[in-house]
Amino acid sequence: MSEQEEKGGFFNRIWALLRRPSKTTSAGMLLFVGLIAGVIFWGGFNWTLELTNTESFCISCHEMEQNVYREYTGTVHDSNPSGVRATCPDCHVPRPWIYKIQRKIQASNELLHKALGTIDTREKFEEHRLTMAQREWKRMKSSDSRECRNCHNFMSMDVSRQGSRARNRHIEAQEDGKTCIDCHKGIAHELPANAFTAEEELNQAVK
Amino acid sequence: MKRVLIPVIAVLVAVSVLMGHASAQEVKTLRGEAGFSETNSAAEINQVIESGRFPQNYRQQPPLIPHRIDKYEIDLKVNQCMRCHNWQYAAKEGAPKISETHYKDHRTGQPMDDVVPGRWFCTQCHVPQVDAKPLVENTFQN
Repeated sequence: MSEQEEKGGFFNRIWALLRRPSKTTSAGMLLFVGLIAGVIFWGGFNWTLELTNTESFCISCHEMEQNVYREYTGTVHDSNPSGVRATCPDCHVPRPWIYKIQRKIQASNELLHKALGTIDTREKFEEHRLTMAQREWKRMKSSDSRECRNCHNFMSMDVSRQGSRARNRHIEAQEDGKTCIDCHKGIAHELPANAFTAEEELNQAVK
Repeated sequence: MKRVLIPVIAVLVAVSVLMGHASAQEVKTLRGEAGFSETNSAAEINQVIESGRFPQNYRQQPPLIPHRIDKYEIDLKVNQCMRCHNWQYAAKEGAPKISETHYKDHRTGQPMDDVVPGRWFCTQCHVPQVDAKPLVENTFQN
């Protein structure tokens, strides 16, 4: 590192500062400052990430508020006897960190389509509903309905308190190793046209 | 002046008193004699009867639905009743199959592949039952 380079442009001087071992500050101080900065940056990153995992964030776009959110209101996950709610991210964003980040990276594609206006009218939304629904069904099926099972668990399900229809089908599903989404489609949103045909195709493809 | 005014005022007063009296007698609140501060008790909430099949009350009665259907979607896109009661699924799901008459074209009588549009909205004829006492006594006999 010659003196000429150091006296060069602004970026060259910063680069030189970063490359050179510190003469004036102790290694302990550097580590300590690095640690604090790391905590702040990591915390800030996660805090920002969690801000995007809220119902109010989801429905800040009219595509979500005027279609899926309005369909969701009044369903059992929105209002029910116990008052427990499952909002958008509870079902659509995985909780384990690695899957969450994976989903968030995929979601950057949704930003592109927000900009392109792919589903910015009700008609366009209906046109794409089947594709979008199938995408979610596949995601649920391949993860054994992970997001459902954050709250619903076969092991904790008291089938004796269910109606006879639900009881029989739940016991049957457990024995067959079925997953929630196999039967419970369109519980929080309207089903797309041709939903049942698509359901059969999905079951045959994944089997 | 006074001679004119006194009878006029007297008549006006008499009319208004009579009118007030008459209206107080004729106009009643629709909710009965309850005072303004009282509220009527809410109607009881009756649960849908979930059982086996209901007996038919008369020859042509559309079969009643013995389960809840309040969350089912029936619109132009989808009819969730079809997921169990349509011919492809009925046997597999152990549900009663839709009558063959519902697959016949209204005009030509031609048998169709799917339920015909005129029969699409099941709840026009088929309804669930709640465990409620009849509001008015009924003497219907089959």
